[in-house]
Amino acid sequence: MKWRKIEENLFRVLMFLATMLMGGVLILILIAIFKNGLPALTWEMLTQPPKGGYYFGREGGIANAILGSIYLSLGAVLCALVIALPVALFLNIHMKNHERWVHIIRFLMDTLWGIPSIVYGAFAFMVMIYLGMKASLLAGIITVALFILPIMIRSMDEVIKGVPEGLLEAGLSLGANRTEVAFKIFVRQCSTGLVTAILLSLGRAIGDAAAVIFTAGFSDRIPTSISQPAATLPLAIFFQLNSPIEEVKNRAYASAVVLTLIILIISTLSRYFSQKLKNH
Amino acid sequence: MKPAIRIRNLNLHIHKHHILKNINVDIPANKLTVIIGPSGCGKTTLLKTLNRLTDLSSDIDISGQIFIGEEDILHTSRDITEIRKQMGLLAQRPFPLPMSIFNNVAFGLKIGGRKNKNILAKRVEYYLREVNLWEEVKDRLHQPASRLSIGQQQRLCLARGLAVDPKIILADEPTSALDPISTQAIEQKFAELKKNYTIVMVTHILRQARQIADYLIFMHMGEIIEHGPAQEILNNPKEEKTKMYLQGVFY
Repeated sequence: MKWRKIEENLFRVLMFLATMLMGGVLILILIAIFKNGLPALTWEMLTQPPKGGYYFGREGGIANAILGSIYLSLGAVLCALVIALPVALFLNIHMKNHERWVHIIRFLMDTLWGIPSIVYGAFAFMVMIYLGMKASLLAGIITVALFILPIMIRSMDEVIKGVPEGLLEAGLSLGANRTEVAFKIFVRQCSTGLVTAILLSLGRAIGDAAAVIFTAGFSDRIPTSISQPAATLPLAIFFQLNSPIEEVKNRAYASAVVLTLIILIISTLSRYFSQKLKNH
Repeated sequence: MKPAIRIRNLNLHIHKHHILKNINVDIPANKLTVIIGPSGCGKTTLLKTLNRLTDLSSDIDISGQIFIGEEDILHTSRDITEIRKQMGLLAQRPFPLPMSIFNNVAFGLKIGGRKNKNILAKRVEYYLREVNLWEEVKDRLHQPASRLSIGQQQRLCLARGLAVDPKIILADEPTSALDPISTQAIEQKFAELKKNYTIVMVTHILRQARQIADYLIFMHMGEIIEHGPAQEILNNPKEEKTKMYLQGVFY
């Protein structure tokens, strides 16, 4: 009895420390970014594309990268969604009586999830050379969509897997076919979880630099069509941080603040909306 | 009267386990047939085979025939959704669709192609009255069905099943999750409904079987041990296993 109590206390302390460590790291990162970045953050930075000497500390901003990142990640998430939702529903409803195949497909998805994004970038670059395509927003969107696809499919899959079988049986008994059950019943039932899956993918898409470096390229101009190259925030951070000039380095931190705020806004909004959906 | 369902030489294996063994039985039309038997004897599987929900299982092997009318539903070329529509299903616990009370009942009708709002509203009211739920929900038809109590949800599930105009009602221990009052409501409803529907109900509650069964099927280890008019079997079982079960020697 006594030993159990010691065990309980020991593990409570260990778990507490682990949690503190997590929280501590997050807070340290935020402090580092905000301390260096906030003083350098100006209205001009948010609204102007880089002018001639921006990377040497002259005027201009990162509006190209902010917009580029938003275009790219939203485009990629939309493309991925169109594929991921049907796949996840199909796996759980239409493939219900083919357990072994579903098992294999899940295993493949998990493997794809583990492949680093630079490999997706390199692969897409190879295809682009073969097709004679230049770096463009479109190429970036497709590459990032491919890269977040397994993430989105598997997180949707996990959500849909949790729906009780009785709901599927109920739908079928009312004369609905499997596709009707999928889109008219399961999507509603899982709406909260599906939103979370989309946001998880959006976070990965907007924060990734490696998949876009070859495919979307980088440009100081704000893209006006999907065939033009586009800048992204992670790459903008990378380039500015590489500068020997202190002022430019601080702008890198300011860009990181912007990226962090965008992600914060997106996840807050999503939590708000999924909560609303739940209460509906 | 012709039997509503005729089952011939039905055998079912899942993962090589023999779940249903050589089932041969006629289920009478417009009667309440109760399937009883200890847990794991295959009664739920038999029920699900009737509207082919067994299609959802992996590694399943079915042989034999199930005739509904003149049609062998295990070997028909007709669309399976058409066959399922002939049979309403009431599960062990209610699974309300993630939508409003109104749309739960209207769902099957809309799927079936009825779009006229006035007709839908009339039908929804009719079937909600049919299960004695109308008075309780008429002021909140557009609230989510999940806010109803379990007993109300189960009656809602019955209403939405009736709304697609089935000939047969399949019920799998429909009262096992319910309080005594809701249980009684469902039992009374079944007693009325059997005039117009063929009802097949699985239960493990002997009291329920005694009270409402017209026809009784006793199953044990995947086999039908005995079947016949309910009173005959309950008062006068021929088989040793049936006697033991009715005396409560095993459950």
